[in-house]
Amino acid sequence: MSVRYEAVIGMECHVELKTATKMFCGCRNEFGGEPNTRICPVCLAFPGALPVPNERAIEHMLRAGVALGATIPEFSKFDRKNYFYPDMPKDYQISQYDMPLVSGGIVRYWLEDGTMHECRLTRIHLEEDTGKSTHAGSGDGRIAGSSYSLVDFNRAGVPLMECVSEPDLRSADEAVAFLESLRRTLLALGVSDVKMEEGSLRCDANVSIRAPGSTTLGAKTEIKNMNSFRSVHRAIESEIARQIALVEAGERIVQETRGWDEHNGVTHSMRSKEEAHDYRYFPDPDLVPLEIARDRIDRVTAEMPGLPAHRFERYTGEYALGVAVATQIIDNPALADYFDDVVARSKNPAQSSNFVVGELSRLANEHNVAVADSQVKAADLAELVGLVESKRINSKIAKELLTRMWAGGGSPAAIVEREGLAQTSDPAAIEKFVDEVLAANLDGVANYRAGKTNVLGFLVGQVMKASRGKADPARVNELVKKKLST
Amino acid sequence: MNHELIERSAAETAAAVNGGTISAVEVTRATLEHVHGVDREVGAYLTVLEDLAMERAADVDRRVAAGETLPLAGVPLAVKDNMCLRGTRTTCASRILEHWVAPYTATAVARAIDAGAIPIGKANCDEFAMGSSCENSALGVTRNPYDLTRVPGGSSGGSSAAVAAREAAIGLGSDTGGSIREPAAFCNLVGFKPTYGRVSRYGLIAFASSLDQIGPLTRNAGAVGSTSLDREVEPTAPALREDLRGLKIGLVREFDTAALGTLSSGLYQKAYDDLTKLGAEIVDVSLPTADYGLATYYLIAPAECSSNLARFDGVRYGLRVPGEDVRAMYDNTRAAGFGPEVKRRILIGTYALSSGYYDAYYVRAQKARTLIARDFEKAFADCDLIACPAASCAAFTFNAKSDPYSMYLMDYYTIPMSLAGLPALSVPCGWTDVEGGESPLPIGLQLCGPLFSERLLLGAAHAYESATGHARAHRPAVAART
Repeated sequence: MSVRYEAVIGMECHVELKTATKMFCGCRNEFGGEPNTRICPVCLAFPGALPVPNERAIEHMLRAGVALGATIPEFSKFDRKNYFYPDMPKDYQISQYDMPLVSGGIVRYWLEDGTMHECRLTRIHLEEDTGKSTHAGSGDGRIAGSSYSLVDFNRAGVPLMECVSEPDLRSADEAVAFLESLRRTLLALGVSDVKMEEGSLRCDANVSIRAPGSTTLGAKTEIKNMNSFRSVHRAIESEIARQIALVEAGERIVQETRGWDEHNGVTHSMRSKEEAHDYRYFPDPDLVPLEIARDRIDRVTAEMPGLPAHRFERYTGEYALGVAVATQIIDNPALADYFDDVVARSKNPAQSSNFVVGELSRLANEHNVAVADSQVKAADLAELVGLVESKRINSKIAKELLTRMWAGGGSPAAIVEREGLAQTSDPAAIEKFVDEVLAANLDGVANYRAGKTNVLGFLVGQVMKASRGKADPARVNELVKKKLST
Repeated sequence: MNHELIERSAAETAAAVNGGTISAVEVTRATLEHVHGVDREVGAYLTVLEDLAMERAADVDRRVAAGETLPLAGVPLAVKDNMCLRGTRTTCASRILEHWVAPYTATAVARAIDAGAIPIGKANCDEFAMGSSCENSALGVTRNPYDLTRVPGGSSGGSSAAVAAREAAIGLGSDTGGSIREPAAFCNLVGFKPTYGRVSRYGLIAFASSLDQIGPLTRNAGAVGSTSLDREVEPTAPALREDLRGLKIGLVREFDTAALGTLSSGLYQKAYDDLTKLGAEIVDVSLPTADYGLATYYLIAPAECSSNLARFDGVRYGLRVPGEDVRAMYDNTRAAGFGPEVKRRILIGTYALSSGYYDAYYVRAQKARTLIARDFEKAFADCDLIACPAASCAAFTFNAKSDPYSMYLMDYYTIPMSLAGLPALSVPCGWTDVEGGESPLPIGLQLCGPLFSERLLLGAAHAYESATGHARAHRPAVAART
């Protein structure tokens, strides 16, 4: 971006909470399914039906709030947001207006260069999702020109967390890193699947530009219809460029809602925002206010799992792991828990991470089993790390061992002991293998001496094979070279 | 026609059915026969549940034969048509739900039926319970059994007419600002609005959620306690008593007796004197903010109604009038589906919640509501119960209150209690002659207690009605017509 402009970005994220049932009724909360199979009088807003709040969803909100360092007010309430829309059964949405469950908070996120940044949150509130409309007869699925619409209410009433950030982000990279960090945190908490492709994470971006160093905000546009992190990145970049071009051309930026057109890679103005909505918010008289006891917050705090930003700082700081490896581990909360367990025992983060993101993850992918659920217990892997560290076995043997641990479990030291797999550095033993191999490969020896030094690798390999992998490869290499040059 | 059967109180019927001296089927058959004979004139029911009633009666007889004792065994029940009853038309007396069949049963209705009550029919009411005369029903006219040229009160007017005309022994009504108490007064019944929240609202089609409350209308206070609509809290069975000794009953200094209009305040003075005769000590109490009740109510109730009634949009159920696009469909459906009073309240409520007016109207009304509730709390420091008129007049003739404000004034005495969430009831307290009327008209005394004081309240009402016998002084002529 031009140094003459600074982008100012704030995000609004909707996250569907992972609960067994919907927010205010007993219908199952699951993605997809045959249309209108998970509905009842409550989530269809039948006459006389009344809501009952889902306690688990409220618990999820508290967990998210505590994890993000937010304030949980002692008093909160639900409000009605009134507007007519066919996929919203009551023609009002139960939401939270002026007293959300979670106030403030900070998302700490890191960029590819490993630097840590912060984006403040304004608030997080709890509401219910709407159904989904499908417009038919227009060819392009849009409402304009369609001859009829179908509504699926399976999603109606699913608990939805709305998370609003302050305009603290300055680039598309930062916006995506913010989203990734928020996603990782919510995954670590287990409060949502956070899948953009299934709509359990949906976000809008508020974008404006200004002169660097300016403290006022320019006219902003709200960008919608972004369906992946990649499209968030592209849409923001495109919108920043559009706004700069407008300003350079001496034109004014109109405050409006714009839709991201994935196919053409541009944002376009959405139907003139039907004036400003007056949602006539008022406290929902069907729901009693929520009073959150302090000891409940204390319990939630005590039960906090390892959080991504803390992990990142520990992994890249104390553990000296690379940004990519650290991120890879953190992105899988169960794997990160496992890794933490291994390191706590092995005290060797580098070697532990090699196994965890390397061979162990490969095996996990191959067998489609999560590392944490495999037969390789953290204690066993830590033992394996110890065997390598103490040079009792070499890395090749270690790989083999891991495959056997994966298949049958158990202590690697016991396997090494049982099968005599310990690495040998005994010079006499190694020399015996070397002599045998050189005697059996006279052609190779001659070639080497004739200057074809690349046979060295082959000869070393043969010695390793003869030792069944137990010989210390460094010693073998050294000895073969020595014998060939005499 | 066995008149003795339809005259019985709920308690008498339940005792006889439980005791095996008569079957629920016999009671039900007699009631249905009577309904067929008189309801063309009274118009209490929008739907008569002939098959369901006989089916439930047979079931009650089986349960009793199997050794069960049911508190409402075989008691004929009129259900206000704003309560869902699975498989039956539930209309709210509105065009918009004229053909809607409820897929589930309201909790209170289910409990009454489970307790042995026989649903005879769905009773007429003001559309969406908005009104005080039943004249706002879009689906039928209900007449006062004591004078067919007059209204039965409202909004639970079909329930009150049904019980008065002996077409049911108990009527289920809902009371938002007086919709049980006023029709009870107009029809010589005991009408009881429990503490807000005591009876489940699930399945009661909402008018104003923070005020709506289901309650019974009966021909005597003893029966009220036996309805056991809610099992979650202490039983409401009254601590039956013969007198009012030891009770302090407060008269509200600020209540404007001018609101009584043509109704003689002397009748109420007589009622207060009777309370004294029964041993109560009459004390003067003050509710300085009660006069703001009407204004407060007509902001809060319409605000909630404007939101509650949004769901009647033609998308999922009920009336749909097609339009060019979805907005036009909404407009056409709601224009055709709602009557004028419902529309008026939706408009008032939408306005009161609008940005720029919200603080001036809705928020101030909520503050006033809190002050009213506090005034009651203070008053109950000095008395056990409060007594006042239940309605501003006796039953009036059709179209007599054509301007909305004069109709709203009907609830002048009942609304403050609703705003405070308090339990209150109306009990017959005398008769007033009207010029050219068929017969004298009943009037009601309202008694109100602190939150959850149902036992005390019902006990006092029972003592009062047993001693005075006002309810027994006249029977509606129409009741004897079969």
